[in-house]
Amino acid sequence: MITAPFDYETPETLDEAVRMLHENGEDAKLLAGGHSLLPLMKLRLAAPTLLVDLRLVPGLHHIQRENGSWRIGALARHADLQDTPELGVASAAAKQIADQQVRNRGTIGGSLAHGDPASDLPAVLVALEGEVSAQGRNGLRTIPAGELFQDYLTTALAHDEVITEVRLPATDGWGYGYEKFTRRAEDWAMVGVCALVKKGADGSCEDVRVGLTNMGSTPLRATAAEQALRGGSLDGDSIASAAEHAAEGTDPPGDLNATPDYKRHLARVLTRRALVAAAQA
Amino acid sequence: MTSVGQALKRKEDPRMITGRGYYTEDIQLPGMLYAVIVRSPEAHATITSIDTSAAKERDGVVAVYTGEDLAGDFAGPLPMVWAPPGVEINTPEHWPLKRGEVKHVGDPVAVVVATSRTAAFDAADDVIVDYDPKPVVVDPEQALEDGSPLVWDSFGTNKTHEWAVAGGDFEAAEAEAEVTVEARYVNHRTSGAPIEPRCSVAEARAEKLTLYSTTQIPHIARFVLSGMLGIAEDKLRVVAPDVGGGFGAKLQVYAEEALVLALAKRLGRPVKWTETRSEHMTTSHHGRDQISYVTLTAKRDGTVTGCRARIIADLGAYQQLLTPFIPTLGFPVMGGCYAIPSIDLHFTGVFTNKMPTDAIRGAGRPEATYWIELTMDKLARELGMDPLELRRKNFVRKEQFPFETALGIVYDSGDYHGSLDRLLENFDLDEFRSEQAGLREQGIHRGVGFSTYVEVCGLAPSRAVGPQGVGLQAAFYESANVRVTPTGSAIVYSGISPHGQGLDTSFAQIAGDILGIDPQNVEILHGDTDQGAWGWDTYGSRSLSVGGEALARAARKVQDKAKRICAALLEAAPEDIELTDGKYQVKGSPDKSMTMAEISGAAHIPPAELPADIEPGLEESSFYDPENFVFPFGAHACVVDVDAETGKVSVVRYVAVDDCGPAINPMLIDGQVHGGITHAIGQALYEQVVYDEDGQLVTGTFVDYALPTAAEVPGFETDRTETPSPTNSLGVKGIGEAGTIAATPAVTAAVMDALQPLGVLWLDMPLTPVRVYEAIQAAQGNGAGPPSSQQGVRLDEHGRGSAGSGPTAPDEGGAS
Ligand SMILES: Cc1cc2nc3c(=O)[nH]c(=O)nc-3n(C[C@H](O)[C@H](O)[C@H](O)COP(=O)(O)OP(=O)(O)OC[C@H]3O[C@@H](n4cnc5c(N)ncnc54)[C@H](O)[C@@H]3O)c2cc1C
Repeated sequence: MITAPFDYETPETLDEAVRMLHENGEDAKLLAGGHSLLPLMKLRLAAPTLLVDLRLVPGLHHIQRENGSWRIGALARHADLQDTPELGVASAAAKQIADQQVRNRGTIGGSLAHGDPASDLPAVLVALEGEVSAQGRNGLRTIPAGELFQDYLTTALAHDEVITEVRLPATDGWGYGYEKFTRRAEDWAMVGVCALVKKGADGSCEDVRVGLTNMGSTPLRATAAEQALRGGSLDGDSIASAAEHAAEGTDPPGDLNATPDYKRHLARVLTRRALVAAAQA
Repeated sequence: MTSVGQALKRKEDPRMITGRGYYTEDIQLPGMLYAVIVRSPEAHATITSIDTSAAKERDGVVAVYTGEDLAGDFAGPLPMVWAPPGVEINTPEHWPLKRGEVKHVGDPVAVVVATSRTAAFDAADDVIVDYDPKPVVVDPEQALEDGSPLVWDSFGTNKTHEWAVAGGDFEAAEAEAEVTVEARYVNHRTSGAPIEPRCSVAEARAEKLTLYSTTQIPHIARFVLSGMLGIAEDKLRVVAPDVGGGFGAKLQVYAEEALVLALAKRLGRPVKWTETRSEHMTTSHHGRDQISYVTLTAKRDGTVTGCRARIIADLGAYQQLLTPFIPTLGFPVMGGCYAIPSIDLHFTGVFTNKMPTDAIRGAGRPEATYWIELTMDKLARELGMDPLELRRKNFVRKEQFPFETALGIVYDSGDYHGSLDRLLENFDLDEFRSEQAGLREQGIHRGVGFSTYVEVCGLAPSRAVGPQGVGLQAAFYESANVRVTPTGSAIVYSGISPHGQGLDTSFAQIAGDILGIDPQNVEILHGDTDQGAWGWDTYGSRSLSVGGEALARAARKVQDKAKRICAALLEAAPEDIELTDGKYQVKGSPDKSMTMAEISGAAHIPPAELPADIEPGLEESSFYDPENFVFPFGAHACVVDVDAETGKVSVVRYVAVDDCGPAINPMLIDGQVHGGITHAIGQALYEQVVYDEDGQLVTGTFVDYALPTAAEVPGFETDRTETPSPTNSLGVKGIGEAGTIAATPAVTAAVMDALQPLGVLWLDMPLTPVRVYEAIQAAQGNGAGPPSSQQGVRLDEHGRGSAGSGPTAPDEGGAS
C-alpha cells in the first residue's frame, strides 16, 4: 500500500515530457489519471523511479468534432466522455467504467496506453477502427487501433512516446450497444462487447462491428460474427445466429470468476444483446 | 417524554462523518517508530535462513528482528482460551514471529522498525528469507484423509479435536422415521473486512506500557497481553479509541499487538503498526469454513422427530483466541425454531495451511441457521408440503416459552408463529406466486426464499459458558459506573467496547431516562482499561442485553440516591418522590420538585439541610451476570431474479421481521438489520476467501474479494415484533448479528426457488454467475465441468484472480 521511492516531475510542454522519458529510460513512466499506474505501484508490482505527470501539458484535454471524426485529447477524463453523449458508444462505454471517482480521474490516453484487455475503451477503439497520435523523439506518428495493442499490458508505444490524441470516426447513422458483464456494478468486465450496426435503407445490415473486452490478451474483433451478419437481415434470429460466432478464435484466460468456456458463452450472449440494442437504435 | 423507543440520531455521527473521529491510526506520539512485518509468501515451509543485514543498513531503519531475536521478549505464546472438560484440543505454540517453520501465507517471520512507515516498507523488501517448501493441504476433508500432508507433524494428525453434544434419542428417531432427508452443506470462508483495517500503537513510559489498538476487546487484550509479556496487569493499559467496525475480526489478540508492545519496551520509543488491506485479507482471522452433514427425521405428517449434524470445521494453521470454539457456538440453536425431540451434534476441527478462523459476525450461528433452514425446505419438498406450513407445524409454540430444547438450552421467550404471520402481512405470498408464474412465461426466473430463525446471544451467563460450563476461560458479566456531575451531566463508564453499533446513543437513552437527564448530556465512556470497572467488551450481540442491563442497574441506584437527597431537601419520604418529565417531585405536589442538576449540586456541595448519613457525591456501579442467554428471532423473505442465460443473481426485494425485544432506538435496529443482511447477501452471492491448491491466497484485494456495494442490495423493508426477554429488566435481546444469521438461507432458498423449473436442485454458496450457469447447464444435460471457484482451485497461468485486472502483490499474500 506504499509505493517504492520515486521522483516526480511536471513538464509544461510535450517536448519536455518526451525528453524526460527519453533521458531516464525504462524507469521513467508517464502519469495521467494514475488510476492504473498508482495501484500497481502501491502493490509494488511496478516501481518506476520517475513519474512524469502530464497535468501541466497544454492541449491534451479537448473533445471536438472535425470533418466526420472526433478528436479527443489524451487527458480527456472518462467523465468527460460520459458527459458527451454525441460520442455514441465511447460515451456509453465510459459511463460503465468503475465508479464516478475513478471516472473523474482516469483518462482515455492512460486507458489505451495501459493496454489492459479488461479495460472498456480499448475494445471501443478497435471496433470503431480509430487511431491514436503519439509524440516521440522523432515527431508525431499515427497508430491505427489494429496495431496499438500487442499483448497483455503491451502496446506499440515506445517507452518515450506520449499519446496526444485519440481519433474516433463519428458514427452518424450507426446504432450501438455496449454490454458489460460484471459481478458487481462497479467491477471490471468479466467480458464486454461493443457492437455497432449500420442499417441499410431496406433495414438490412449494411455494416457491423463487434469489439470484445477481456476475451484475450488484447481487445479483439469478433470478425466471424461480423461476417455472419454483414449484408443480411437484422431480425432476432439472424442476430442470434451471428452472435453464436462471437467467440470463434478466442482463447480467453480463466480466472477466479470465470472459466474460459464460460467467458466464451458470455461473449456470445453479450454480443447478441449488444447487437439487438445496436439494431434497435 | 421518555427517550427510550425514540429514533434518536446517533450521538457519535457528527464527529465520524465530519472526519473528526479519533482512530488508532490518527495517533501521533513524539519519537514514534513504525513497524512493518515481513511475511511468508509460502503456505508451508521450513525457514532455512533470514538475512537482515541489507535491511539494517537502510536509511531510517532502527532495528530488524527475527523470531530468534525476540524469543526472550515473550513469557508465553498467543493463547487459545477454550478448554472444555475432558476434551483435548491440539494446540500448537503460536509465537508472534515464527521460528523454524511457517504454516500459512502471511505468517510473520521478521519485523522492521524505522523512523517512517515508508522507510520500514522499503527495508522490509530487503529482508531476505530462504524457505524450503513443505507439502500443503488446504481442503479440510482431504486433510482428514490418511496420507494427507500434515500441518503439524508433532500431532501426527490434522484433526484438532472432536466435541459432541446430544439430547433425546436420535437413534430411535432415525429407526422409526417415516421420512429422512440428508444433505451436505459448505459454508465457505469469509473475511470480516471492516472499513478500518487494524492498527496498534504501543508506548512505554518507565515501567508502564500503553497499547492503543483497533480492538473490540481491550479488557481481554490486557489480561492476555500482560501474561504474554510477563508483566503485572497494572503495568499495562489498553485503549480502544474510535474503532471503525470489527465484525469479529477485531475480537482477537493478535501477534502484532504483542509485537509492538515488545518493541516499544525494547526500544524505549512508541511504535506503530498499521495493517494494509491486503494484510487484512491475509492475516486478520477469517470466519466460517465449515462442512456440515445434516440429517432430519420426520413423520409423514411433517412432525420433525430428530436432527443430526456432523460438522467439519476448517480451523486453519493455529488456534487463535476462540478458534476451535466458534464452530460450536451455534450449537444452542442447532434445532432452529423447532421443537425437535432429539438432537445429535458432532464437531471435528481440522488444521489446514490457511489463516486461522475465528469469530466473524454471527460466529457459528449463521452456519447453523443456514443448514437447518435449508434442510427444512428439503424436507418440505420430500413431504410435498408447503415449507411455511412445515415450519408452522414444528415451531415452538408461544405458550411453550420458556422452552427447554432437547439439548437442555432454555429459549427465553418467543412468538415464532406471530413473527411469520407479520412477515406475510408485509409480503403477499399468493400475489408473489402469481406474479412469478407470469414472469416465468416471459422467461424471467424470479424466486422467493424464507428463513425463520432463532439465534442465541447476550454472551453470557458465566456459569453456562465459563470454566464450569462450556469451558471458556473467562466470565461474561458486565459492569457500569454512572456518575452525575455537580451540574447534572452524566458520565457513564461501561465495560463494553462498541465500535460502530451506535451504543453511545442507545446507552445515553437508557441512562437519561432513568436519571432524568437529556441523553445529549449523558456521555458514554468505554474502551480504556484504566477507566471505569472491569468489563468483558463487545461481541456476540451482548452489549445491550448484558452491558445495557448493568448500566440500567447502576443508573437505578443513582436514581434511588437522588430520590433520597431530594426527599431530604423537600422534607418528604423517599418513597414519595417520583421522576416525571425530568423532574423529581413529591407525589401529589407538582410544585415541590427538583431537577437532577439541583439534586446533584446538593450531592456534590452538600447544604446544611442534607442529613449527614447521606454520603456526598452521586455515583454508583453495578455488575450484572445474566442468568440465561437471550434468543432473538424473526422471519425473513428474499426475492431474487436469476438471469438464466448468464447465471447472474440479483436481489430485487428483501423483507425482514425481527424481534429483539422492546426497541431502545428503532433507527439503530434498522441500521444493524440493514448491515447484517448486506453482510449475508455478501456471503451468499459475492464474498469468498479463496486459496489455491498451493495455499496461495487468491482473494487478497477488494477487486477479488467481492464485498457487495449499495448497488447490489435492494432497499430493505423492515418490520418488528416485540417480545420481551424475561432475562433482563429492559426486556432486550440483541440485533447486531441477526441479519447475518437469518439471511444466507433466505437468499439461497430464493435462488433455488428461481432455478427449480430449470431442474437445479442444489448449489453451494457463493452463488456466483459461473456456478449458477454451470449448474443450469448440468441440469439441462449440457454437462459442465466441476463447480468453479472452489477452495483449492488450480488457476491457470493467467489466473490473475480477478474479474478484471486487479493487481495482487505476491508479497502481500496474493496469487503469484
Ligand atoms: C477501482 C478501479 C476500477 C477500475 N475499473 C475499470 C473498469 O471497469 N474499466 C476500465 O476500463 N478501467 C477501469 N479502471 C482503470 C481506469 O479506467 C484507469 O484510469 C485507466 O485505465 C488508466 O487511465 P489513467 O489516466 O488513470 O492512467 P495512468 O494510471 O496514469 O497510466 C496508466 C499507464 O498509461 C501510461 N500513460 C498514461 N497516459 C499516457 C499517454 N498519454 N501516453 C502514453 N502513455 C500514457 C502510464 O505511463 C501508465 O503506464 C479502474 C481503476 C480503478 C482504480
